[in-house]
Amino acid sequence: MSDLLTIADKTYQSRLIIGTGKYKDFNETRDAIETSGAEMVTVAIRRTNIGQNADEENLLDYIPPEKYTILPNTAGCYTAEEAVRCCKLARELLDGHDLVKLEVLGDQKTLYPNIPHTLKAAQALIDDGFKVMVYTNDDPIVAKELEAMGCVAVMPLGSLIGSGLGILNPHYIQLIKEDANVPIIVDAGVGTASDAAFAMELGCDGVLLNSAIAHAGNPVLMASAMKKAIAAGRESFLAGRMPRKAYASASSPLEGISR
Amino acid sequence: MKLTVNGDTLTLDGNTIADLVAQLGLTGRRLAVEVNREIIPKSLHGDVALNEGDVVEIVHAIGGG
Repeated sequence: MSDLLTIADKTYQSRLIIGTGKYKDFNETRDAIETSGAEMVTVAIRRTNIGQNADEENLLDYIPPEKYTILPNTAGCYTAEEAVRCCKLARELLDGHDLVKLEVLGDQKTLYPNIPHTLKAAQALIDDGFKVMVYTNDDPIVAKELEAMGCVAVMPLGSLIGSGLGILNPHYIQLIKEDANVPIIVDAGVGTASDAAFAMELGCDGVLLNSAIAHAGNPVLMASAMKKAIAAGRESFLAGRMPRKAYASASSPLEGISR
Repeated sequence: MKLTVNGDTLTLDGNTIADLVAQLGLTGRRLAVEVNREIIPKSLHGDVALNEGDVVEIVHAIGGG
């Protein structure tokens, strides 16, 4: 069955987007990503170390842009201006690549999105020709606003970044999805494979996660679990779950029982 | 000339951004360079001369979520 995810006119077999932070080393990063089947991976943009480690290895040698869709993020940005600047640096770094993950954070304790700055940055980036996948809260009205501005994907948090608390507000995620005409990707909060499956069962188009794999006891094995969870959750959503009932309903025929 | 590169003071022995990148041993790396908050495209690194006191940022991609 063909069931592809389309983001900004490009199609993906995998509905899992993986972050590249917090791994033990680049080999583990590469192995986890390969095992997960993800075709899109996020990276951060930071100052290059100067005057030391001149022969330091480069992340992009392990996850080549020829093989993966690289999604540069604006992690660590707390204002619209910082986030826009970061995206422009990413575009230069990646030879004109214009797909970005916008996240403008509110404070260090929660890393909750700052919505006024997120809206401002999204508009500036879209006006400058960027294709914006945007990290946001689980507010259906904000999600709709971001879609109307022209964001190519809206990415509500399941719970706080790096918390592993799962999907804390499934009803609002479902409300966002019901009204959306762009892909809805749950971004942040997934802690284990059942959380990812649950997000997909809600009807979400994909899941973006990092810590759930990178901080698992065995990251590569968890990457395998996530791949299966995303696929299972998606099929479960497409299949349509049975209705919930208050009382039992026997699965075996009630007739013909030997007495 | 003296420059500020990624927050540190540095003395450049050449003139251009390409000279700076070479002095840092970063030639051929995937980088983006900003001079005084203005991004300078890679294609111009060999042409754009730096000036005393310029503030340069050099960034690359690292792991992130």
